[in-house]
Amino acid sequence: MSRRQRRALAVTVLVIAAVALPFGVNAYWRATFVFILIAALGALGLDVLTGRTGQISLGHAFFLGAGAYAGGYLGGNLHLNAVVWIPAAGVAAGILGALVGPTALRLRGLYLAIVTIGLVFIGQHIFVNVTAISGGPGGRALPAPSFGPVNFATGYSIGGLTISHDELYYLLALLLLALGMLYVRNLERSHLGRAMAAVRERELAAAVLGVHVARTKVTAFVISSAMAGVAGAMYASYLGFVVPTQWDLLLSIEYVVMIVVGGMASLWGPLLGAVFVIGFPALLQDVSGSLPFLSNGLGGGVISVSDASAVIYGGLLIVFLLIEPRGVVGLVTRLRTLATRRRAAAP
Amino acid sequence: MRTFAQLLFSGLALGAIYALIALGFTVIYRASRVINFAQGQLLALGAFTTSWLVSSGKLPFWAAFVIGALGTAAVALVFQSGVLRFALGRPDFTIVMLTLGLATVLNSAIPTAFGDFPRTNGDPWGASAAHIYGVALPWVKIWTIVAALVVLVGFFAFNRYSKYGLAMRGAALDPEAALAVGIPLRRVYATAWVLAGVVACVGGVFLAGYPNTLDPTVSNVAFLAFPAIILGGIDSTTGAVLGGFVIGVVEELTAGYQPQYASWLGHNFYLVAPYVVMIAVLLVRPYGLFGTRPAERL
Repeated sequence: MSRRQRRALAVTVLVIAAVALPFGVNAYWRATFVFILIAALGALGLDVLTGRTGQISLGHAFFLGAGAYAGGYLGGNLHLNAVVWIPAAGVAAGILGALVGPTALRLRGLYLAIVTIGLVFIGQHIFVNVTAISGGPGGRALPAPSFGPVNFATGYSIGGLTISHDELYYLLALLLLALGMLYVRNLERSHLGRAMAAVRERELAAAVLGVHVARTKVTAFVISSAMAGVAGAMYASYLGFVVPTQWDLLLSIEYVVMIVVGGMASLWGPLLGAVFVIGFPALLQDVSGSLPFLSNGLGGGVISVSDASAVIYGGLLIVFLLIEPRGVVGLVTRLRTLATRRRAAAP
Repeated sequence: MRTFAQLLFSGLALGAIYALIALGFTVIYRASRVINFAQGQLLALGAFTTSWLVSSGKLPFWAAFVIGALGTAAVALVFQSGVLRFALGRPDFTIVMLTLGLATVLNSAIPTAFGDFPRTNGDPWGASAAHIYGVALPWVKIWTIVAALVVLVGFFAFNRYSKYGLAMRGAALDPEAALAVGIPLRRVYATAWVLAGVVACVGGVFLAGYPNTLDPTVSNVAFLAFPAIILGGIDSTTGAVLGGFVIGVVEELTAGYQPQYASWLGHNFYLVAPYVVMIAVLLVRPYGLFGTRPAERL
């Protein structure tokens, strides 16, 4: 087989495996996979801004929340079709990104990071107080998408096959993530993508080379927050009910951990990071029944399941970053280099 | 007028705590160009240790306080010499993530070790207060301001006159040049973390004084101290302290007057007021009031 054929085969296998995945696992893991895919889409957006353009943002939770409420308002209050409200959530968050973006023209590095922390707090304050859209501190319900006969709330039967609520969400999230990754892959090689990389490496040099720094930064903000908006709307819709307090700084930090652990400015990094950040605690939760020392909320053990999983997760994060600071993608690159070298040395 | 004096006093007491937290951030930032996301957790650790030593260890408050501060410093030191030492020269982002790992671990370890329920911080003052012209000054707040001033003056003396203070300033200015003239960078970083641990504990213990109680969410206060460090400029200790006091006063005054005069801003606006002030200042002065603007070089 030629290299091209091998590649095509690999892609086909990957696509089939990705589509078939939710049908082979139990409900717990199916839900976890949906959360991973949605988070990966959000992280992909953050990576455009932080990984590729070098603008550290801890304000991602605000854009996720904005997308969620835009989607909730358009879909739930105005009863628009999901074909409208899911993209509209992205547009709404993107517009907010365009409004916030210009602060990055003035602020650098950690100053920008901390101002975006302010954005999260101010955003939460607004979410709590705009009760018409957010439902106030008590929260609001969000609709499930439905495209013609395919209603996500009830599932969809075609022929003898029934695709359940969770599986529909999984497939839609997979589609959106695939579109997002395709877009980012093309972006990377475009004029804009190279301008972003230049701004990340050295702003002044980029400006001297004729890169429009201001426009590049604001565009990165818009792309990033638009992806966050779509991810936020999907997330909120899958949860079915959201409260303002959940769009907090910890959520933002989780997304930053995703892109760092996955490997910044790489195509697969956000997905791999999402697998680590969301899949790993879920795994610990799943196997906790068979581990000693753990209590299931009713006492008996030394440490509760969620606390133990957080301690292990934090510890693993430390160990992992010490061993491989470039993230999972760096690890994969290193293994691949090792394999190539081994193969070259073998004959 | 009385209300104003009362609010101003509360603001100064809160500002003293913010100043301590901000100092903890700045010390580490100056030494290693890293924001320590575990500062809030160190604060909680110090406060819980002190509280536990008083209630279960039956120690007098001051003894418990000293042991708590040393314990917090020890944890910070272990993290620095056991983890961060191996990450020297890694991208800043990675190091920030490492402190986040510590924050995650401590966040769950603290309630596991000390229990999840609210507890008192074990100070001897309780709700007792001095009254001056009808303004109630709780003793714990008076002591908060005193303790903060003692720590801050102590730090400035250390920074200005001691050998290690000089070494820290050198390392902050240019790590490579500092290394070249024989400054032991590792020991400087270790000192920075020890200091950060101590000031975190002092802040935590006083934060949990009357009318507050101590529970694991106390670590969130560190996020509220961010405006303080930014307001002053992240690499300026003077700025951090001043920023702390300004933010504390702004927060208390907003809490006192905003519901009455600007209710359209919504409930609990005082919690975001520091951030609004911070953003306003930054848009005018992008490196804070006292921060240094880095020189641009191609």
